[in-house]
Amino acid sequence: MMKLCEALEVVALHRGQRIVVATMSAAGEWPKWSDTPLDFIYIPSAMGQAPSLGLGLALAQPERGVLVLNGDGCTLMNLGCLVTLAHHPANVFLLIVENSLYEVTGGQPTAGAGRVDFAALAKAAGIERVYRFDRADAWRGGAAEALSGPGPVVVSLQVEGRIGQKTPKAPRPMSEQIARLRGGLGFTPS
Amino acid sequence: MFDGASVVQALQDCGVTHVVWIPDSDLGRWEPELREAPRLQLLRVCREGEAIALAAGLKLGGKNPVVLIQCTGLFEAGDTLRNILHDLHVPLFLLIGVRSYRAHQKGESTDSCPVFTEPIVRAWQIPYVLLDERHAPSDISDAYRRASAKNESFAVLLAE
Ligand SMILES: [Mg+2]
Repeated sequence: MMKLCEALEVVALHRGQRIVVATMSAAGEWPKWSDTPLDFIYIPSAMGQAPSLGLGLALAQPERGVLVLNGDGCTLMNLGCLVTLAHHPANVFLLIVENSLYEVTGGQPTAGAGRVDFAALAKAAGIERVYRFDRADAWRGGAAEALSGPGPVVVSLQVEGRIGQKTPKAPRPMSEQIARLRGGLGFTPS
Repeated sequence: MFDGASVVQALQDCGVTHVVWIPDSDLGRWEPELREAPRLQLLRVCREGEAIALAAGLKLGGKNPVVLIQCTGLFEAGDTLRNILHDLHVPLFLLIGVRSYRAHQKGESTDSCPVFTEPIVRAWQIPYVLLDERHAPSDISDAYRRASAKNESFAVLLAE
């Protein structure tokens, strides 16, 4: 197991110029590591839909690529996204922060906690590049490979669950986030 | 009259780049033309909420997608619609097949789909038009152009 902050520190080192879409517990922490126009804190979200949003961005901006920081609870809400990601090759790197909890609601266990194998699910969905890291040192050593090359890639990160966390907040209103992201992608305001 | 060739033509004429879809038995007949359309990319998804989010990502990334689904999928996709249209304010253009609409109008169907589709679209505050056999594919492109000009979401309900 690694701490969430250890997992995200490694992501920040390797994200390059790619868009980062962050959800759930990762969304609350990610601005400490990066807060550029290409860092999209998806709050408020439609729970489960960050990988699909990220796929759309990656298909529209194929040269740029997208990292999606997703939880295990929200991945469970949209398991079909693994199949869709496999079906439409694009530079999407889906990082599943696995803590077996709904951390943002206080820390209740997810269905399948301790049994479900997201890396195996991703493989079975047809995604060829799948990685799983249990410890921070392994993630530090493997991230350069996992987060380079062509997508889709799924990375399962085993992270310590935290009980009693506050619901994460976005660093700025959504309208501002959208305007920043569009500006970061080179679009002029409409 | 709506068929795959004329709908593809209408969408391409107004600059649509991607069709994100899950077919139903009516719209599914358009598959060959959608698949082969030279200026459209057909994107298959597993569930309709995904279609909404994927289309929103495309739109944020500078493309012009439409979402093509059945009303049953609209019912499923509610939270994603709420979030994308009303939290993110990303405008989307939706083509939604209304299952059993014509039979319902004639009192020949007990399918609840036509009962709920328009109230649900209104509940999500999406302006819409319902097209049937009296309309033409140009009504779709006209609606698309009007919605694009206003940078607003719009739903075209297609009577099945
Ligand atoms: Mg979790």
